[in-house]
Parts: sequence; structure tokens; C-alpha cells
Amino acid sequence: MSNTNKKMPKNLTSIAEVEDAKLAVASETSKSQSRIVLERFLHHKPAMISAIILVLITLLAFTSIGYGPIPGWWKQSYLDAGAVVNGGKPTMSLLPTWLGGSGIQIGEHPFGQDSIGKDYFALVMNGTQKSIIIGVVVGLVATVIGAIIGALAGYFRGWVDEALMRITDLFIVIPLLVLAAVLGQIAGRGSSSIILLAVALGLVTWTGLARLVRGEILSLREREYVSAAQAMGSKTSRVIFKHLLPNTIGVIVVNATFAIAGAILLESSLSFLGFGVQPPESSLGLLISQYQNAFTTRPWLFWWPGMTIVAIALSVNFLGDGLRDAFDPRHSGKRRRRAGLFAMPTRKEKP
Amino acid sequence: MSHAAPTNDATEGYALSFDNLQVTFETAGPDVHAVKGLSLAVKPGEVVALVGESGSGKSVTSTAAMGLLPGNANVSGVAKVGNVNVVGLDAGKMRKMRATDIAMVFQEPMTALNPVLTIERQLTEALELHGIAYGKEATARAVELLALVGIPEPAKRIKQYPHQFSGGQRQRIVIAMAISCDPKVIIADEPTTALDVTVQAEILDLLRELKDRLNTGILLITHNMGVVADMADQVAVMFQGNLVETGTVDQVLLHPKHEYTQRLLSAVPKLSPVVIDANAAHAEQTASKGRELVLEAKDLVLEYDMRGTKFRAVEGVSFDVAKGEVLGIVGESGSGKSTIAKAVIGLLPVAEGSLSVKGHNLPKLSPREARKVRKSIGVIFQDPAASLNPRFPIGECITEPMVVHKEGTKASRIQRAMELLDAVKLPRSVVNRYPHELSGGQRQRVCIARALTMNPELLIADEPTSALDVSVQAVVLEMLQDLQRDFNFACLFVSHDLAVVDMLADYVVVMQSGRAVEQGKVKTVLHAPQHDYTRRLLAAAPVPDPHEQAVRREAWRTLNATK
Repeated sequence: MSNTNKKMPKNLTSIAEVEDAKLAVASETSKSQSRIVLERFLHHKPAMISAIILVLITLLAFTSIGYGPIPGWWKQSYLDAGAVVNGGKPTMSLLPTWLGGSGIQIGEHPFGQDSIGKDYFALVMNGTQKSIIIGVVVGLVATVIGAIIGALAGYFRGWVDEALMRITDLFIVIPLLVLAAVLGQIAGRGSSSIILLAVALGLVTWTGLARLVRGEILSLREREYVSAAQAMGSKTSRVIFKHLLPNTIGVIVVNATFAIAGAILLESSLSFLGFGVQPPESSLGLLISQYQNAFTTRPWLFWWPGMTIVAIALSVNFLGDGLRDAFDPRHSGKRRRRAGLFAMPTRKEKP
Repeated sequence: MSHAAPTNDATEGYALSFDNLQVTFETAGPDVHAVKGLSLAVKPGEVVALVGESGSGKSVTSTAAMGLLPGNANVSGVAKVGNVNVVGLDAGKMRKMRATDIAMVFQEPMTALNPVLTIERQLTEALELHGIAYGKEATARAVELLALVGIPEPAKRIKQYPHQFSGGQRQRIVIAMAISCDPKVIIADEPTTALDVTVQAEILDLLRELKDRLNTGILLITHNMGVVADMADQVAVMFQGNLVETGTVDQVLLHPKHEYTQRLLSAVPKLSPVVIDANAAHAEQTASKGRELVLEAKDLVLEYDMRGTKFRAVEGVSFDVAKGEVLGIVGESGSGKSTIAKAVIGLLPVAEGSLSVKGHNLPKLSPREARKVRKSIGVIFQDPAASLNPRFPIGECITEPMVVHKEGTKASRIQRAMELLDAVKLPRSVVNRYPHELSGGQRQRVCIARALTMNPELLIADEPTSALDVSVQAVVLEMLQDLQRDFNFACLFVSHDLAVVDMLADYVVVMQSGRAVEQGKVKTVLHAPQHDYTRRLLAAAPVPDPHEQAVRREAWRTLNATK
């Protein structure tokens, strides 16, 4: 307000004039809502750090061992067994010699080797790839299904809502792990395709988002701009996909990130139980399950995949937090403490 | 009072006084200076009206006196309740003063009461907190209070919950809560804005009576000049955080000195003098020959489906609007006036009767034909904050009807948006701006532009100015009048404000609980009303002239007495 006041004509005596004058001198470039959200997001430090970590992990996982036919820069394959060197201990050292370590070096097997001499770095990278693919695919599938079902139920209400929500309830009451295990078995066995497993998981994890989107749409559909769109003769599809769904983007994006984190953990649990990814392909959960007995003797076989899961899941969660705060600043804890009506006594003037 | 405070002779005897009050808010952007040095005093038994439009700082002033400003507010200067300066006062001491020294009546009685507690619990809460009365004694006092504010059968009704009372009764209960601990001053923040005119008149009567009986000072915050004329002894006018004019109600309302006050008063729509006389000529029906009818309703019945049971919102209403005419529909909340607008724009099916636009009977049309008919209907809604999609830039909002009806190319659409922005006097550069960057009045002008995109033959305006400030309302109404002259469309104008309808409409339908009680030409219906309800509506609407208002208040009382 203060910076526009300087350029404004003085002695205005009507609110309407003041507002028009403000608009006329408003020089700052127009910002769309998504731009404002993006700026807020970029200023959210934990989210930004998480984003960088996530990008680095993704790059490392895909470039090191390559994906499919494309070769990576890491020379050893996760499929080849070899001689176990030095009990399979990690050769990576991060302590410089002047601190009493053995110098900064990566060595032949930075993460060590497993019991049959496979390079553990390559195995973990392979598992990380699987986790990221599963996370992204499940996130996409679950989000698309959840958003559409939620939007249809919320918009049409009545029997459509009843039918869709009862189906949702059905998916919720079936224990997720059991359902996923059965689907995962069917999907994973045939072609051992990780994408199929991911789609199967996506098909059972959309329920939470569907309910949230339905709630949002139920309140948004009473807004006057929706009535305005209906009154000007818009088709129902246009009202839903142009006017309603874009305005629930906050809920959708935030929940998509949490769905990704959940999916990664779900895949790990499935693989740990033996229902997910099957050997010789590897996944982080599978690695942990295979080497759980080696925890006391060769702990790195547990720690590397374990820590990678934690790093990915935490980063995605922080990313989700950042997005949620960016979309709705009222939900961020910091501001809530300051803006509450009865929260703090009125401060005296600053000295 | 127990708190020791330095007494100042100058403010002795005031219930509430401000001296050079300054409030600044820290925001993410530059600091906002909301109140810039305000000095004001309220004597016991006196009503001081703090008048201003949105953003003038009037509510911030009252919130500062209650010590309820949020944490990012910096307050300086003096705000005295009795003899205690509440600026910077310890939170615990401030809490003790609330209700016993200073109390508040809120705008929205629906949300000011807790829906899960009985009235008894809520009324006795303040009494017990401040140690005035406990248990049965407190309940007895609460019943007394309810009787005082005019709730019938208080002993029985005190056990009820807020939803079992009407809006006006709820506001009475809020007032009862405010006076429960005999405060020195009551801050009434827009106490009647959410209420219908007839209820507003009753609540104002009650406040006036209580103030005289209890000798309480009232700081009345309002934007309604009619309420000021009705209630206030002193008036203070705020504009952009500054106090621009103070004086007695006669001085300020009849001989305003500051230019802002003058313009504010001239912006208030006024009803031309009303003859509330039973012998006036009978209102004629609207049917006259040679008119090109655009909208015609015959024995219209509209129903809402409330989980299986039908609720009749409109029953047997007939009216017509011809090209170039404006038909006003007036009534209080729940009268079914907006329901009619909803049915015309196709958001509600017609239950019985006919509703035809240019000879096409809407209930009989197929969805495709209905879409075609809707092309010739433009709509303006009440809330400019909600009627534009926040994700669409203004240009897209305006041209959306063209996109929906697949008309024009990209270039011609942009051209049309520019023309319309010129028509509603907004700079062309706003096409790329977003709704949240515009003020309410500007957004409402964008809505008008959007309604005119397809050159409609019929414009539906559902309370288009009731969410706007008076001066902004004046601009928007004038614009509507000009556009109506230029484009010559028929207009269905729904409003609760009789003065606005008087200014804009040619014909009027007065509605009460779903039925049209009186209809005809504006000058006959509003100036020589036949039906008792129309008369009550007219008498209840306050005018910004203290002397005329005093006369009207008497007329209102006699009307009520004869009822």
C-alpha cells in the first residue's frame, strides 16, 4: 500500500476512485495464483533441500547403472556375482588421511558386496530405481483415479455419489496390504514388470484422495462462478475440468506427494514380505528382507537400502509439506501462531 | 474498578475514549497503516457512530479497544475504557475488563453463538467468569436478561439451542450477553448488517431502549447512513485510516463539511418520499400493450427437494419483463426472490406453471435448445469475490461465454474483451490480471462485462451491489443504468434494498414467503403501497436524515402497533 501511495493522485474522496487509481498505478507485473504458489514454494527451505536430495538420488540411481538397454557409468552389474573381497566390506571411505582415515576414495565396491559377491552399490541403485518408478507411477495412477472419482461424486451428488463412495468404502475396508499382495503377486509374476505392479498398487490406493477431492468439490460447486458457468450454458465436463478440478489442485498435488511416499513404503513392505519385486530384479524392501539375518555381521547390507528408503520417503514428505504450505499459507504452523485472534497479546510499539 | 490506573481529568466521565490511536500491521509486504491517529470519545448513555467504508479502519479501532488485535499489529496512542488505558495492557487484566467494562455485539448472530451449547450456558458463562452470579442465581439473572431484550417466554426458551431461534432473536441474545455484566461501553460492530430491514428496525429500537435504561455508551460501527441517522448522537467519519469529520448527527448528516462525507452521503440511494396512506390509488397491473416481452412467468411454482420432502420456495408468481425494462424483485431473506433468478438461469427446475424466455417455455425445452436460449441471458451474482474463477485471468473470464458457445476467433474474442472493459470503465491492461488483484467493485464490473459478452437480451442481476460499499455501489448502479440504456436489454433485478430498486427499476414485485404480495409500477407500489407488508418494508428502511428518520420511526411504530 505504501509504495503505491506515492504515485497516487492525492485528495481522492471516494473508495471507488482510490481503488481505480491504485489499479492504474499498479506497476508490478500481474501474478497468477500458480506463480504466487510457486514463489512461496521456492522460499520453503526444507522443501527445497528435499527437492535437491531427491533429484540427486534419482540422477544417481538412473545414471549409475543405466536403465533398460541404456548403459550407465558404473562398470559393475547388479546381476553378476564375483569373488567376495575383504568379507564384502564397503570400500568407500570418506575420512581423509589426516583425520586418521584411509583417505577419500570410492574403491571397487563402495557399498560392499553381498554374500555371493554381487556389487551392493549396483544392487541398491537398482532397488532405488524400482522404488522411484513405483512411487511416481502409483502417484500418477492413484491421483488420476482419485481425482476423477472424487470430482464426479462431488459434482453429481445423489446416487452417483452414493455408488462411487460405497465403492471407495469397499476399497478402504479391504486390508490394503493383503489386497496389494494378491494384486502384486498376479502383476509381478507374469512379466516381472515393475510398471504392472505399480499400476496394481495405484488401483488400490486412490481412496483417500477421492474422499478429499469429493469434499473440496462439494464446497466449490456452490461457488457463484460455478453457477455462472452453468448459467452461460457450459457443458458439465467443462464445469468439472475447467472450473472445479483446477481449483482443487492444492489438495491433489499435496496428496499426490504423500501417495508417492506411501507407495514407496508399501512396495518395500510387499517386497520384504516376498509379494513384490521378484529376484533377480531387486528392490530396497527385497534387499532388506534378504539380508535381515546379516544385520549383526554385515550391517551395511541392511543400512544402505534402509537409509535410502528413509531418505526418499522423508524428502517426498517434506516436499509435500512445502507444497501444502505454498498452496495454503494458513496451514503453516509459523503463521498460525502469529495470526490467531486470541493467540498473542497485543504488542506494544517497538522502541 | 480494582485496577489502579492514572486518572486523567480530560477523559474523566467518558466511557470510552481514544487519543491519537495508531495501528500498524506487519505483513509479508510493506507495513499497513490501518489507523492513523484517531481521537474520539464516547460518553455514558451516548451513541457514537463510527462510519466508513471497507478498509477505513473502523473495525480495527474497535478491536483495539477490546484488545483483540492479532499479534502482527502494533498499537500506539491511548485507548481508554473508563479510566484504564488498554493499549499494551496485560492480557490477564484485559480479560477481566471484557464484559464488565467493555462488551461487544458482533455482526453475524449465526456465528457469534456456539451452536452446541444452550443459551443458558452461554449467558451464564460471563456472569460466572466474572464472579457476578453463580448457579441458580446466574440462571435467574440470565432469564431476566432475556426478558429485557424481548425474548418471549424466557424461562422456557433459555434451555434451547441457538438454531431454535430466528436471526433477529439470536441478535437479541447476543445483545443480552453483551449487557450481562453491565459494561460501561458496548461496541456494536455492524449489529444489523446481516439482518433484514424489518428485523433491523426492531434491533435498533432495542439498542436505543437499553442504552437509555442502562446508561451505557455505545460505539456503533456501521456503513449504513440510515442506521446512523436512526441511532447516533455523535458521528465520526473515517476514510483510509483517518478521522475526516466528527460532529453531532445533524451537523454531519445534514451539513457535511468534508468532501468525502458529502460524496458518501450523496452516494446513498434514497427512496423518494413515500405516501403511506390507505386511500392511495390502487396499483395497476403490469400488462400494457405493445411491449416486446422477453421474460414471462405465469403461475410459477418452484420447489426445493429437501431429502425427499418438497419445499415450496415460490408459489404462483406471475410477472413479465419487456425489452428495455427493468423489473425489480424485492423481499426479505427467504422470500424466494433469488429462487426466481435461479430458475430463470436454469439452475433450478420449474415445478409448475410456465417460465418463457422470448416465447420459449423453459421447462419444455431440450437441454440443447435450453443452451441456445441461455446464450441470450446474462447473469450478475451477488458476491464478486466468488463469482469469478480465481484461476482465470480477467480476459478469459470475460470471453468465457464466447468459448462456451464456440463463437469468434481468438483475436475477435480479445477485441470483444477490450470493448467490454471500456464499457465498464476498467483499464484494458487488466485482461491479464487475476481476480484477486482487483477490488470488489472492480470485480463486479468484470462480472457485468462478462454478462454482456453475448449481447444478452435479458440480464439477471441477483443482489449485484449488496456486497459493495455505498460509493462503489453508486458507481456500479450508475454503470448498470448507462449500459441498460445503451444495450437496451431487459433486466430482472433482485434486491433487498428498496431504494436501489426505486432508483433502477420500472416495475416491481414485492415478495413475502414465496408469494407476490404486491406488484406493479415502481411509482405506484413503492410510493403508494397498498399491502401492509410493503408498507412495513418501506417504513423499516432507514434514511440518512435524522429528522425524516425520526418521523419514519414513529410511522414504523404505529404500523407495528396496529398489526
